[in-house]
Amino acid sequence: MKYETQWVAYPFFAVAMALFALQVVFGLLAATVYVLPEFWAEFMPFNVIRMSHTNLLIVWLLIGFMGCTYFLMPEEAEREIHSPMLAYIQLGIFAIAGAGALVSYQFGIHEGREFLEQPFWVKVLITISFLMFLYNTSMTLLKGRKTAVNMILMLGLWLAAVFWLFAFFNPANLALDKLYWWWIVHIWVEGVWELIMASLLAYLLIKMTGVDREVIEKWLYVIIGLALFSGLLGTGHHYYWIGAPGYWQPIGSIFSTLEVLPFFAMVMFAFTMFWKGRRNHPNKSAMLWTLGSATVAFFGAGVWGFMHTLSFVNYYSHGTQVTAAHGHLAFYGAYVMMIMAVITYAMPQIRRVQPYNQILNMWSFWIMTGAMSFMTFTLTFAGVVQTHLQRVLGMNYMEVQDQLVLFYIMRLGAGVAVAVAALLFLYAVFGRAREQVPAGGTQMTSGSY
Amino acid sequence: MADGLTKSAARNIFFGGSLFFFLLFAALTAHSHWYMKTTSTNEETLTDSVKHGKEVWEEHSCINCHSLIGEGAYFAPELGNVWHRYGGRENPEAARAGLKAWMNAQPLNVPGRRQMPQFNLSEEELDALVDFFQWTDSIDTQDWPPTKAG
Ligand code: HEC
Ligand code: HEM
Ligand SMILES: [Fe+2]
Repeated sequence: MKYETQWVAYPFFAVAMALFALQVVFGLLAATVYVLPEFWAEFMPFNVIRMSHTNLLIVWLLIGFMGCTYFLMPEEAEREIHSPMLAYIQLGIFAIAGAGALVSYQFGIHEGREFLEQPFWVKVLITISFLMFLYNTSMTLLKGRKTAVNMILMLGLWLAAVFWLFAFFNPANLALDKLYWWWIVHIWVEGVWELIMASLLAYLLIKMTGVDREVIEKWLYVIIGLALFSGLLGTGHHYYWIGAPGYWQPIGSIFSTLEVLPFFAMVMFAFTMFWKGRRNHPNKSAMLWTLGSATVAFFGAGVWGFMHTLSFVNYYSHGTQVTAAHGHLAFYGAYVMMIMAVITYAMPQIRRVQPYNQILNMWSFWIMTGAMSFMTFTLTFAGVVQTHLQRVLGMNYMEVQDQLVLFYIMRLGAGVAVAVAALLFLYAVFGRAREQVPAGGTQMTSGSY
Repeated sequence: MADGLTKSAARNIFFGGSLFFFLLFAALTAHSHWYMKTTSTNEETLTDSVKHGKEVWEEHSCINCHSLIGEGAYFAPELGNVWHRYGGRENPEAARAGLKAWMNAQPLNVPGRRQMPQFNLSEEELDALVDFFQWTDSIDTQDWPPTKAG
């Protein structure tokens, strides 16, 4: 840690990981209801469990992004954070807003659009906190060195805030409501958040492989160019059936297919830099999460996204468990794993020790990634069966669900494994630091030729 | 990576291209907005009651169990076409009565079956909700869903 104020990231990581743990708990509850339908039906209905699960994800990812930004900004801008105090206040507001939303859901107080259930006052607090964050980090950047990494990161964060404002716009016409709802949901995950992901990836590769910044930053521009050129019109893959004009079927199909490219470029980028790098960075587990994130994002977003994105496929698969399968692996690979990578990279520096608990951390990587993949497979099989029975043969929804019980049981099993892996990760990162270096001759050495 | 491409060229292509695609996307969205208002949805039948029905739908977050035109949760049946499934296009009165009776009968408490909660809606809210379903069914969805099962 070269700059004192990089420490600001620590409480952000801690809060993010606590909320992650809670997200997994709600995920387990939701998966349990699928297997035992009467479970908690009176006490906490499925819709409350689900909105808690999804909202916790979004809130902790945002807090995680903030932590990552506070950690890398001083190094990139070569100066201390503008105001650490502002950062803590801003974190406090965000955490109170998130907790407020979570508690009010349990009492049935919420708004009614998917992912945007936060009560109005929570939305306002989130906006205020996010603006404070943007002010704080932008001031640091303005006075410091400007690199492609910190500029693109800030661009992504600012645009995320701009598109968030659509959360306050809810037309009474359902078709219009949906048209603009995707301006947040799709433009976030398949547009501006990719800028955030790509710049974090570039930062980690610069630090850990030692490849020349010029080379990495050129790749970075190419990747985010691919992301926005395809991702904006790619929104069309959500406009097929909501009352929008028919031209979205060809436009959405073509451009959302092209959305695979930035994810493909990121995985190529990560591995090329990894092999090219001459630096043998001691933090093997951070390198593992970094490469893993690019890889799983390519499969979750790229491959699983493409699977159902063509309009004539989506006509049958739209709104089935296929969608759920894709959503899980894409979020996990692109955003969850990328934040885990930064946390794993940053924590030894924040705690001022050599990389520690690496073996445990890698166990957590493989168990979590394996379990998330297994969950994705079970949901995909469930979704294919559902698509055929319900959308081709026209069988009644509830009868079809009865055919899927086995898949849901396996999904619950996968969820339990994810929970175990999450605990291992928390312990590996925040627990007592023991030096664990992978045994010699490791394959995880960059630049080994 | 192509050596011919410099970093500043890559940056300029990124900004120029993104602006271009954003403007194109915004223009097509504006056209879609207009198309929805004039062609694919019926603004005349979008009455206060339908609007109220959407509010009832949102207040109880039905979307986190059900999907509506394929978006939402996948725990309970698709409701974008529930009006059609209840025979509303042929016999509106019976469909209305059926949907209201369904809402009032919850929870069914069938052992081993997913439960839908009781929301204790007033007559007026129930009618608004059904109006909302009827209006939603009238959206031109390019022939989706493929079957009546939703
Ligand atoms: C906790 C989850 C849950 C919530 C919340 C929920 N539902 Fe349901 N709903 C279900 C389930 C499960 C079924 C299927 C029940 C069955 O067939 O036994 C269902 C069935 C229905 C049906 C009948 C569908 C058909 O095709 O026969 C209608 C209509 C309906 N719900 C409307 C609503 C409305 C309106 C709301 C919000 C006010 C709502 N539901 C909220 C779980 C839920
Ligand atoms: C990291 C990036 C991505 C994330 C986090 C992500 C996440 C999601 C989520 C959560 C949904 C469900 C939304 C809902 O509730 O209705 C969804 C839907 C969808 N995604 Fe992605 N996605 C990503 C990238 C992609 C890509 C690259 C493609 C295409 C190649 C794609 C194609 C689709 C399609 C077609 C749907 C609609 C499914 C349906 O019709 O039900 N996604 N995505
Ligand atoms: Fe999308």
